[in-house]
Amino acid sequence: MKNFTNTYIFTFSAIMVVIVAAVLSVVAMQLQPMQKKNMEINKMQNILLSLNIQTSKDSALQKYDQYIVDSYVINHKGERKEGVDAFSVNLAKEIDKAPENRDLPIFVASHGEDGKQYVVPVRGKGLWGPIWGYVTLEDDYNTIYGTNFAHQSETPGLGAEIANRPFQKQFIGKKIFNEQGAFVSVDVIKKEAPPDAPHAVDGISGGTITSNGVDEMLKEIIGVYVPYFKEKQKNN
Amino acid sequence: MSQDREPLFSSKNLKLLREPLDDSNPITVQVLGICSALAITVKLEPSVVMALSVVFVMGVSNVVVSLLRAKIPPRIRIIVQLTVIASLVILVDEFLAAFAYEVSKQLSVFVGLIITNCIIMGRLEAFALANKPWPSFLDGIGNAAGYGLILVIVGFVRELFGSGTIYGYQVVPEQAYTAGYENNGLFILPPMALVTVGIIIWVQRYRNRKLIEEQQS
Repeated sequence: MKNFTNTYIFTFSAIMVVIVAAVLSVVAMQLQPMQKKNMEINKMQNILLSLNIQTSKDSALQKYDQYIVDSYVINHKGERKEGVDAFSVNLAKEIDKAPENRDLPIFVASHGEDGKQYVVPVRGKGLWGPIWGYVTLEDDYNTIYGTNFAHQSETPGLGAEIANRPFQKQFIGKKIFNEQGAFVSVDVIKKEAPPDAPHAVDGISGGTITSNGVDEMLKEIIGVYVPYFKEKQKNN
Repeated sequence: MSQDREPLFSSKNLKLLREPLDDSNPITVQVLGICSALAITVKLEPSVVMALSVVFVMGVSNVVVSLLRAKIPPRIRIIVQLTVIASLVILVDEFLAAFAYEVSKQLSVFVGLIITNCIIMGRLEAFALANKPWPSFLDGIGNAAGYGLILVIVGFVRELFGSGTIYGYQVVPEQAYTAGYENNGLFILPPMALVTVGIIIWVQRYRNRKLIEEQQS
């Protein structure tokens, strides 16, 4: 075996590191715009899915422009915040802040003849990692029009079922305020929920912790929007 | 040095390509790379993408290391190999995120984990460091294909029985479900991948008797 001097070893490593770093940075910079676009389109698809609109990758942009008529950011008191783009709010960062400091995005959609819908992004914890999604309310700011959930690493066939339509469709028509007007959210429960129960849906057997995660996510994130919804309901 | 050039596809070279598919299959005979075989074979599509990614990473890394084999100081060779593999894996990851976003979302962390796939390091250590680029390339492609073959078989079986689909298309007819057939949830979970690999090993050794180990008394 050849003997290499220490100087050689250091030089070799240094050159190798520089070459590798250069190649990877160039590739990463070149591909970044495309990756960003993919992520945006994915986000649009998810927002549209919470309005019960299925899109392909190609039609997402056009459908998004067609159905999403407005978007804005509010604070916890329900006042509009100017100068913040709702679409680019990073929810993962927002939920680490205290509720008083959060930017709360709302997307306004107009789908079909049912008036306007209001899309609220939600994010919480599953069993293995983050879960997130969109909850869409009808213009009574109470009835759920549609939902869409996604997850990073929930167990396939169990917790991961939250990303499937059958689970998400259960939420349609449920109400987040009770008859006295108090915020009760929608419970994801272990027992079988009667189909006409206004504030409960079936959890996933074997996916209890993920189901609880969805439950808490709805209570916590939508809870911060309550003052705004109340205000709007008064004006209705 | 009047030695004739060896033809590109001499029988010796072809053997490098063929052997890992059966006689020295990385998964079923050498039992390497099992972890990723369990994790990403729930559906056929990620299995295929994973297989192709590993073919790329292994083919290229074997050539690179083979070209550098006289220049790599033995004392830091493991780190050099890791750097080569890791860079290629990051490239694959970046390209998937740019051109196949859906698949890259499904594979998520497992693309990154190609780095830890023991087969790749194993072939670099055992073959590429001591051989010329072309045989190394064939060896890399062959081993990656042997790995990929098993992934695809396992992915096929698990998707068929676990979800009733093949490559995302429904193949189990609706009537079967109304007649009481149900997808087997166990196939979706990792243990069933291990059982499937076990069955493949069993069938392979039944066909290929020389793989059966001598009984030790």
